[in-house]
Amino acid sequence: MSEFRSQKFWLRERFPKSGFWVLTPDFSKMNLLEIKNLKLDFGSGADALRAVDGVSLTIGAGETICLVGESGCGKTVTGLSIAQLVPAPPANYVGGEILLNGRDVLKMANEELRKIRGGVVSYIFQEPGAALNPVFRIGNQIKESLKLHKPEKATNEEVIRLLKLVGIPAPESRIRNYPFEMSGGMQQRVVIAMALASEPKLLVADEPTTALDVTIQAQILELLLDLKQRLGMAILLITHNLGIVGDMADRVAVMYAGQIIELSPAKELLRRPLHPYTKALMNSVPKLRGDAGRLAAIPGNVPRIGNFPPGCRFAPRCPIAKPECSKEIPELLEVEPGRWVRCPFWKTP
Amino acid sequence: MSLLEVKNLKVHFPVKPGLFSRAREFVKAVDDVSFAIEPGETLGLVGESGCGKTTLGRAIVRLVEPTAGSVLLEGEDITGINGSLLRARRRKFQMIFQDPYGSLNPRMTIEQIVGEALDIHRLTDSKSARQKRVIELLEAVGLDPIYAQRYPHEFSGGQRQRIGIARALAVEPQLIICDEPVSALDVSVQAQIINLLRDLQQQRGIAYLFIAHDLAVVEYISRRVMVMYLGKIVETADAKTIIREPQHPYTQALISAIPEVDPETKRKRIVLPGDVPSPIHPPPGCPFHPRCPIAEKRCKMDVPPLREIASEHRAACHLAKPN
Repeated sequence: MSEFRSQKFWLRERFPKSGFWVLTPDFSKMNLLEIKNLKLDFGSGADALRAVDGVSLTIGAGETICLVGESGCGKTVTGLSIAQLVPAPPANYVGGEILLNGRDVLKMANEELRKIRGGVVSYIFQEPGAALNPVFRIGNQIKESLKLHKPEKATNEEVIRLLKLVGIPAPESRIRNYPFEMSGGMQQRVVIAMALASEPKLLVADEPTTALDVTIQAQILELLLDLKQRLGMAILLITHNLGIVGDMADRVAVMYAGQIIELSPAKELLRRPLHPYTKALMNSVPKLRGDAGRLAAIPGNVPRIGNFPPGCRFAPRCPIAKPECSKEIPELLEVEPGRWVRCPFWKTP
Repeated sequence: MSLLEVKNLKVHFPVKPGLFSRAREFVKAVDDVSFAIEPGETLGLVGESGCGKTTLGRAIVRLVEPTAGSVLLEGEDITGINGSLLRARRRKFQMIFQDPYGSLNPRMTIEQIVGEALDIHRLTDSKSARQKRVIELLEAVGLDPIYAQRYPHEFSGGQRQRIGIARALAVEPQLIICDEPVSALDVSVQAQIINLLRDLQQQRGIAYLFIAHDLAVVEYISRRVMVMYLGKIVETADAKTIIREPQHPYTQALISAIPEVDPETKRKRIVLPGDVPSPIHPPPGCPFHPRCPIAEKRCKMDVPPLREIASEHRAACHLAKPN
């Protein structure tokens, strides 16, 4: 809460009629979520496999952060642990803190967690078909979310308002539909409506468009941007698609083998990636209207959990790796204002 | 003569309203499609899910039976042939599938998987020759031959896709239908497989029909590109032209919908309203008109033919103008 005392935290505002100057707290300066050195294992004792290894991340109110990485890098597990949704066991929250509005989620009792899940923090997932119950009408499913978090508003009118909000045409008749009667894009809109029912402060969207076609993906991304502006919630967008980052994110965290290896404002990262992995990843995707030269593929495979190499985890595939890279895990350091890189040799071209 | 020529190909699947009733409705998965592939060239085929691109690929290799039309392979119609003749012709064309997990038999070793094609077509006469050929093939796709006795589950996704490619190469085909060969792979591994496919084409002169939904990948690997919507080809042109000067409004929307990595290229995104209509009841007239931003009256009535609007550039749109 030290932000309250700092100068930056206060906004000078003028009352429109009287002309008095007042100081109001600028909540956008306060962090909504602070993940500090999160460590998560699957299994325990000698068989423990570390899926998330020392992830630290902050999300300010109303901010959009993208978590980018390939399959198995720990991005989904990081997203799920914000509401302690990875069941323990098999998971084991080994260390770190997840401060949501200043309170540690990892220390909360079940009672309190239930209020947070789908309340302050809402989730949308990759497969809308799997997120909806196939035997209940969608109207009732949305109402269920309202009953839990806003019991006074659990009415058909509110459900219709939510469906309108996410751009479903003729919501009055749609509330009686079953999920199978809707297309993938429409189902994803229903899931988003359900997530918004509690007016969350943070929306965790885990690959929300991966299962959808490009034209439908464009619709859903447009919708998320629009909702964010109207409702002012923060979004943690988990994706493997670097293209989405440019359109959506304020800041990006790139993950590799359970660790954040680069953290940066989105535009700057896309313009000038610093970590060799981020550079290689961007060069390995063909670009529209790009040249037809050979693609710069990254040699080898993504390391699987439990098989992470010693030292820097990208070293075996890195074009600029030195012998010392395999000895010690480099630290994530702020090398330029706002830009964090886990590589001591990032300046090497 | 073209290596492959597809003429007015149609694949209609019957939809049965009940168990004993006769089919009255049809899903027109592929509806009157014609195109040709020259030896050694790559033709890209893009479209959204359900547009019929996979069915088209499968109909060419006779994994589904075409309803009408013909498929000419080096001038010979292969739609009518059966049995041993069809099997013999299948040596000329092979297929690579999307899911490298599902397309390999988990109970066969890599040597058995790759060698099976050699046995079926009796391409090697001794055990040692067969072994030598399998080793050659594994080396050609960048796999260490010491893995020959291992099983598919011991490999990563990218390696499994290499095994699938080695299996396709075993019979020295002239044409490979690649059905979404990289979409199940991690981004950093995708580029390895794309490079491999390009190298193999340069070394062996294989032609590809490259089916994918990712336009950037298709543009990169193909010489020509076809765009499919609701079972029909809506635009076809040279790869560079179709990305830079798309004429069909669907292609324009498709290209603008792709999120781009480069933050400098900020263009207006065309967001199409609605979903792809059901292929059982395609809209009358132009199949794209309910979502089209520039649709006119006649688009609702007349089906636009695929017509030439510039040299080697054809679009099925009443309003596309030659430039």
